[in-house]
Amino acid sequence: MNNQLSQLSLLELSQLLEAQEITAVELMETTVERYRQLDSDIKSFLYFDLDESLETAKKQDSLERKSALHGIPLAIKDNISRLGKPLTCSSKILAGHRPPYSATVVEKLEQAGGIFVGNTNMDEFAMGSSTETSAYQTTRNPWDLERVPGGSSGGSAAAVAAGIVPAALGSDTGGSIRQPAAFCGVVGFKPTYGRVSRYGLFPFASSLDQIGPIARTVSDVAFLTELLAGSDSRDSTSLDSPVPRYLEQLQPRAEGLTFGIPEEYFGEGVDSDVRQIIQQTIETLKQQGAEIKTVNLPHTKYAISTYYILATAEASSNLARYDGVQYGYRADEPDDLIDMYSRTRAEGFGPEVKRRIMLGTFVLSSGYYEAYYGKAQKLRTLIKQDFDRVYEECDLLLTPTTPSTAFKLGEKIDDPVQMYLSDILTASTNLAGLPAISIPVGQDSKQLPVGAQLIGPALSEQTVLNAAFMLEKQSQWDAKIAPVQA
Amino acid sequence: MAALKQEISQLATLGRLNLTDEEEKKFAGDLQEILEFAEKINEVDTENIQPTYHALPLENVFRDDVCQPGPPIETVLKQAPASIDGYFSVPRVIDRE
Repeated sequence: MNNQLSQLSLLELSQLLEAQEITAVELMETTVERYRQLDSDIKSFLYFDLDESLETAKKQDSLERKSALHGIPLAIKDNISRLGKPLTCSSKILAGHRPPYSATVVEKLEQAGGIFVGNTNMDEFAMGSSTETSAYQTTRNPWDLERVPGGSSGGSAAAVAAGIVPAALGSDTGGSIRQPAAFCGVVGFKPTYGRVSRYGLFPFASSLDQIGPIARTVSDVAFLTELLAGSDSRDSTSLDSPVPRYLEQLQPRAEGLTFGIPEEYFGEGVDSDVRQIIQQTIETLKQQGAEIKTVNLPHTKYAISTYYILATAEASSNLARYDGVQYGYRADEPDDLIDMYSRTRAEGFGPEVKRRIMLGTFVLSSGYYEAYYGKAQKLRTLIKQDFDRVYEECDLLLTPTTPSTAFKLGEKIDDPVQMYLSDILTASTNLAGLPAISIPVGQDSKQLPVGAQLIGPALSEQTVLNAAFMLEKQSQWDAKIAPVQA
Repeated sequence: MAALKQEISQLATLGRLNLTDEEEKKFAGDLQEILEFAEKINEVDTENIQPTYHALPLENVFRDDVCQPGPPIETVLKQAPASIDGYFSVPRVIDRE
């Protein structure tokens, strides 16, 4: 029974709970057991609340079911606040921190009866594409333990792929939900900027950050997005637009839609295996009655430069709050205030975070501001206009999520530019604020998952989900669990 | 870009980061490499292009200024590295003369 349960999707588990074929406690016991069996190898969780999760499950069993999420174990990225629970953003500078409030998304999912079992590993402050910049541990890809899970939401993607939990929350600033989802063979969705409240998300680059779900099926992701979305008075950038019933309206649909295939997303950096599988996906779309159109997003080649200038600028400003005053780490016996700030930050931040603070400080410094930050903001306009133009002639874009499948641990960690290029197919959508999903559509010659990315215009979540639902049905991927064994 | 090396320690001061000599050397090289890559954007003529600060149109959000309960002071101060009498505590800022 136990291993069977870990194969099931969130909504399948929900049906069993609803029918009283299993209890929330039984489900939680399975979750705990699977965590114990697998996570000493995968290391997807920074911590796991064993006792409290079982207690909460027991309580949920005694209550009337609040929603389809009632009694479902969930994981959460270590940068989303839960009242009184440890949160570090995988950084030493937040060691021991327990936020005095919960994020809006946490309140929403807990009110629906979901149980957060623990926090997942990530790149320090979400800065990285492999989860290797975590100050605490290295998470491994459940499909191949010698490879990275992607990042920065690598722990969340790995925990879902290994069947420890059916779903997890991540955050996406330049691809941090979609890239690990692709590497781990799961579904990851970044909704439109502002669709989901960021209140309680520790910020990296505020104009790009968005919270979203990671799960093994498109239906689960549609269900969770519906729960997560909505305006919030505590996040003035959240969108005041009605939330559709994504799950109820979910139907496998590509017929009558025009899919743009941007040439720039199939350039020389994209592996031939990946290209071939995405080509098959394009054929599937055609067979399902979709129209396929080759399109161009000519400023794509500037997206990574633009992204890293803007994201580091925003980060250098956002991370000024880690000064050893209100929370987190403080250096011992400082000489004076400036010494306290400078040593606290030097001792508390890891190398990638320091590198990005330095870069962000540089591009914002007088004399360089216009040449870098100002210029990048104008490029952002051009990148956004590229998308506006193609959506005049097509409904969605189909691309690979990543140029390659999961790379080896250590392969790119010493080469920042190579690591940054991992986000080449995902960062543009953050710059334009668009919704984009990654779904597994096949495996390469090494049996590693390949992700396809669907990108839609702002607030086209339903269209994106419907097309993803169709591809999921056609790809015969069928919510596979990674072949990990204890 | 040759000036970058001399500027590294100034940047570290601005970013309030005490860097070791080794780190300064490493970051000078890294930043040089990243900026050389990033300078690709200079190929593009942006003469008449407006900057984008935010991907989607933003409007000011107004609400009534109403007192609402926040987290208790003790809970917040418990997170601080040091506090005295209900306040955050920091090293002396002004010398006593």
